[in-house]
Amino acid sequence: MKADIRVALVGNPNTGKSTLFNVLTGLNQKIGNFPGVTVDKKVGYSKLRDGRVAEIIDLPGTYSLYPKSQDESIVFSVLADRHNPLTPDLVVVILDASNLKRNLLLYSQVADLKIPVIVALNMMDLAKKSGIIIDVDQFAKSLGVQVVPISARKLEGIDQLKTAISYANKFALQEDSIDVRSIAPELIDSISRELNIDNPYFALQLAHQHETLKFLSAEQSDRIEELEKEYGFHSQKAQGRETIARYSFINDLLYDSVKVPDTAQDETLSNKIDKVLTHKVFGFILFFAILMFMFQAIFSWAAYPMELIADAFVWVQNTLHHVLPAGPLVSLLVDGVIAGLSGVMVFIPQIAILFAFISILEDTGYMSRVTFMMDKLMRKVGLNGKSVVPLIGGFACAVPSIMSTRTIENWKDRMITIMVTPLVTCSARLPVYTLLIALVVPNKNVWWLFNLQGLALTGMYVFSLVSAVVVAWVFKFILKSRERGYFIMELPVYRMPRWNNVAYSMYERSKSFVLQAGKVIIAVSIILWVMASYGPGDRFEKIDAKYKQPQYTQNISADQLNKNIASEKLENSYAGVLGHVIEPAIRPLGFDWKIGIALITSFAAREVFVGTMATIYSVNGSADDIQSVQQKMHQAKNTQTGQPVFTFAVAFSLMMFYAFAMQCASTVAVVYRETKSWRWPAIQFAYMTVLAYVASFVAYHLLR
Amino acid sequence: MRLSQLEVGEKGIVKEFTDLEMSVKLMEMGCLPGEEIRVDRIAPLGDPIAINVSGYQLSLRKREASTIILQ
Repeated sequence: MKADIRVALVGNPNTGKSTLFNVLTGLNQKIGNFPGVTVDKKVGYSKLRDGRVAEIIDLPGTYSLYPKSQDESIVFSVLADRHNPLTPDLVVVILDASNLKRNLLLYSQVADLKIPVIVALNMMDLAKKSGIIIDVDQFAKSLGVQVVPISARKLEGIDQLKTAISYANKFALQEDSIDVRSIAPELIDSISRELNIDNPYFALQLAHQHETLKFLSAEQSDRIEELEKEYGFHSQKAQGRETIARYSFINDLLYDSVKVPDTAQDETLSNKIDKVLTHKVFGFILFFAILMFMFQAIFSWAAYPMELIADAFVWVQNTLHHVLPAGPLVSLLVDGVIAGLSGVMVFIPQIAILFAFISILEDTGYMSRVTFMMDKLMRKVGLNGKSVVPLIGGFACAVPSIMSTRTIENWKDRMITIMVTPLVTCSARLPVYTLLIALVVPNKNVWWLFNLQGLALTGMYVFSLVSAVVVAWVFKFILKSRERGYFIMELPVYRMPRWNNVAYSMYERSKSFVLQAGKVIIAVSIILWVMASYGPGDRFEKIDAKYKQPQYTQNISADQLNKNIASEKLENSYAGVLGHVIEPAIRPLGFDWKIGIALITSFAAREVFVGTMATIYSVNGSADDIQSVQQKMHQAKNTQTGQPVFTFAVAFSLMMFYAFAMQCASTVAVVYRETKSWRWPAIQFAYMTVLAYVASFVAYHLLR
Repeated sequence: MRLSQLEVGEKGIVKEFTDLEMSVKLMEMGCLPGEEIRVDRIAPLGDPIAINVSGYQLSLRKREASTIILQ
């Protein structure tokens, strides 16, 4: 879509910025990357009243233009770099009306860059409720910019905001806040002169941030460094002076336009809730109860839609086999691609439910309380309270979680969090666990309400958390710290979750799961089908010839004969040969060569296991009786002993392997991107593979 | 008197900081000299603490709180 005006949304965390973004753009948004860095770039389009289209960029939430993390550093470089293709024509600063003082710090910094600005005053209803009276006209007059009161949740003021955007001036009209130049007069003048900059605050920011800014050349950066030495510039002291000056400006501003009740409010609702939710005993009980409920829900609520999807795929496969002529291409489509896809599509309900829960926990503000409660505990094992979010996010997917570790300022804490996050049971393991648990754990209730299968799954989740904590503790002694850690974090007031955001998150995540995993799975399914349908040399011809001899065709039904042929062909196919090659290594874990094939393909992505199983067992069976993967695996027998392949011991050994092994190409890639070195992904891959092998071995031999 | 020595419910006014690096971060979050701070809560395991400052709630570790000197 072509945009007529580019608008950036800027604001503190927890000000309703994402809600406003969703409201302005609807489903008309996409997530990309900022060039050169791995920060998510959310861009959407909004149709303005006059028919023009605005491109809206949602910048990461930040408290100031001085970044404390990689995410936050994007804000200044997008706003300030005049040569950046993303540089906005207009900035909409979102302010939380119930907490104006702290919010205005960022506003005053952005305003001093002299980019055209509009203020969206969000949460007016909340401010009113706590007795804060804002004279919006006076406020707008003091700032010199348009101020639009909105409530993004209640969809109030959105039209007015859009109108303000379309009438926005091309020139910055805002009043000056502080005398920026007085902070470091000679330095600002020199930088302005030498780099040809007309904005003193931009020059000052360059002095602070020149080392990390990508749009400066090495010579420019070195020159700024020289100038700083020459004028005795001390970054932290200058920043402190600036912050004090800004707050004094803000206090004057608020004095004229905002009345805050002077009687300190006794107990806010949030405080009352916190008395229970962060209570010494109830706090932890509730936290575990919530996790427990989450996993039970994933299992039971998803059951019905999953069955529908599975049945639909079986019907499609059946129909296609009857309608289309038999042949290798049809077989590739039906037994390769569709069989593989069905194994993945089935898990959309579970993934959607999981992301709904995570989004609700974050939206309500509960996640920050978990951080607050767990910080001391996490610090003991070498992590940080903020590691809780990536770890819980790890239940969904390690990739975004590892990216979210950027909020952890301390290098060592962040490294350890990155190293252990892939141990947490992610949604890609869910299909594997669900399938295996359903195979060997009876579906019945114990103690009235606990489903045995649900309990087994909860057990796997708890186990993954425990192992992540233990491994983190080990890393604590191995890694050497570079700087000290700190933990200064806002505790936002409790809010009702925004159901729209929850729905967006469910839709967005399911979509990307299907698209990303789907691509891999189609590719793997095709390769696998080819490998399973053809064999080296003339092996297949020999098998065909062998079964033409009378001793094999007598006393046997045609159906059984076909099965025997198919089974021997699979064993002699490329896939079968490969499986047999690795079989000696995995036999001690209780796995046969068919599982071996699945293990190999799973190194691309774990959920491929299910698709692989589906493909292997489809190729093996005759086309007429299509069953779900689960039924096929249930009926799988060891050809020598006649015993079922998937016993309790094998299933749990397999789950242990999937619990520990680094079977995810995307995670390896993201760890490389985040740590900027192959060393870390290599260490991670090695330690996880060793753990997987040992854990599987122990599980198999204990349970056998 | 340091912020870390306050009990839950007690208030104090920020006077100065003992740590420059920390002070820059704290001031950005609204903990400025002259600002009133109230301790709202202590985490179940004794650390970190939650304080009320310039109209919102902020959590910080005791070690960080001990760099804030009160009047």
